Amino acid sequence: MSEATGTVYTETVIHSATEAFAADVPYQTAIVSLDSGGRVTGRISGERVSIDDRVTRVEIRAGVPFFRKIA
Amino acid sequence: MRPVAVIGIGKTPFGAFHDRDLRSLAVEAGEKCLKNGHTAPTQVDAFFLGNFAGPSFAGQNHLAPYVSTALGIQGVPATRVEAACASSGSAFFHAYTGVASGVYDSVLVVGVEKMTCQPTPRVTEILAGAGDCAGEIKAGSTFASLFAMIARRHMYQFGTTREHLAAVAVKNHANGALNPDAQMRKVITMEQAMAGKPIADPLNLYDCSLISDGAAAVLLAPAERAGEFTGKPVRVLGIAQASDFVALDQKPDITTFPALRRASGKAYRMAGVGPADIQLAELHDCFTIAEIIAIEDLGFAPRGEGGPFTLAGHTARTGDKPINTSGGLKSKGHPVGATGVAQICDLVLQMRCEAGERQVPRHSLGLAQNLGGSGATCVVTILGTV
Repeated sequence: MSEATGTVYTETVIHSATEAFAADVPYQTAIVSLDSGGRVTGRISGERVSIDDRVTRVEIRAGVPFFRKIA
Repeated sequence: MRPVAVIGIGKTPFGAFHDRDLRSLAVEAGEKCLKNGHTAPTQVDAFFLGNFAGPSFAGQNHLAPYVSTALGIQGVPATRVEAACASSGSAFFHAYTGVASGVYDSVLVVGVEKMTCQPTPRVTEILAGAGDCAGEIKAGSTFASLFAMIARRHMYQFGTTREHLAAVAVKNHANGALNPDAQMRKVITMEQAMAGKPIADPLNLYDCSLISDGAAAVLLAPAERAGEFTGKPVRVLGIAQASDFVALDQKPDITTFPALRRASGKAYRMAGVGPADIQLAELHDCFTIAEIIAIEDLGFAPRGEGGPFTLAGHTARTGDKPINTSGGLKSKGHPVGATGVAQICDLVLQMRCEAGERQVPRHSLGLAQNLGGSGATCVVTILGTV
């Protein structure tokens, strides 16, 4: 079981952000149920995801996991 | 424990008041409340201040004595309570325990927030401090986005629709239009509510409460002495506060608020009543989805049915379970730290038959529900005139 893969539990696309993230809008965040257990809030890279989509972690940037949809 | 009554209420209007600071708002509400409860500042035994982020918004700490001394309340315990958007609900709960236990005979609770002194992105950042800053917030979450993720999951599990969310906003705006103290006295249509500017999908501008300045105050006394101060005392029949995880991703199921369920269960048992007995309620509609889930967690409708229950008109001012006749946080305004006490004030107005155009015919048993963060604190209060 990998803590780098999981399933989207819920997600949103953010259009209005704090100053620190203003340059990124719109961006998608998701709560991911990890295959290794537990959930984590991360960012989505690339294609938009929906609930139940399978995702894999592509990087950790400043402590934040970034996930991408598994085709 | 002895019975406790609300003997006085006082509020400022809610809005964007560029010429007012935190203390002047708090003092206005406090003075109106003392006058309403025929009590002198020197008679007050203890002071509680509900405030979320005065230090961040206004750069001022040590806020409780800062406000109490300006009200002429000298020497007694003055304590600030912070529990995010449930700050003054929690202050009210602790004031209640002080009177019920016999430690105090007269307690003033003021809730206040001054938010419009900061630009919106900074307000969003300060509000985000009520989330888990080492996790969800670091990943770019805002409070709107946390409730958007709750809404998405609720839609997925129960079939809740955009129309259900919009129905909450339309109903609360219709009520707020009749409230002279509301920030946005504007009726909106379903079409408008469905087509607002996107904030965090599926939530748009009309799903979000307002950025507001304002204060509210209540005065508590032992019920047996209430008649000395007012002809219209309102009793606290049941009250409870409960807690839960701060981070949304730690909760096993985000479509319900366990702290709300726990607090309401205790409050119902204490009051000896059930959801069907409640005649009107002020619920914490920081986002439209929050009112829908509160309707379910309080037992007003079965799980997953909060949206259809709203769309069918049950929660309208003219319905059988009027909710947020004040306009709610959505239309009345949401000066975060003032909201919990303002809900109590709005219920008391209805229960005293002083709610003007928005007065409902059945008003002897009311419930207020104040939520902090994405559900980490919840306070439920049941008031009665019977």
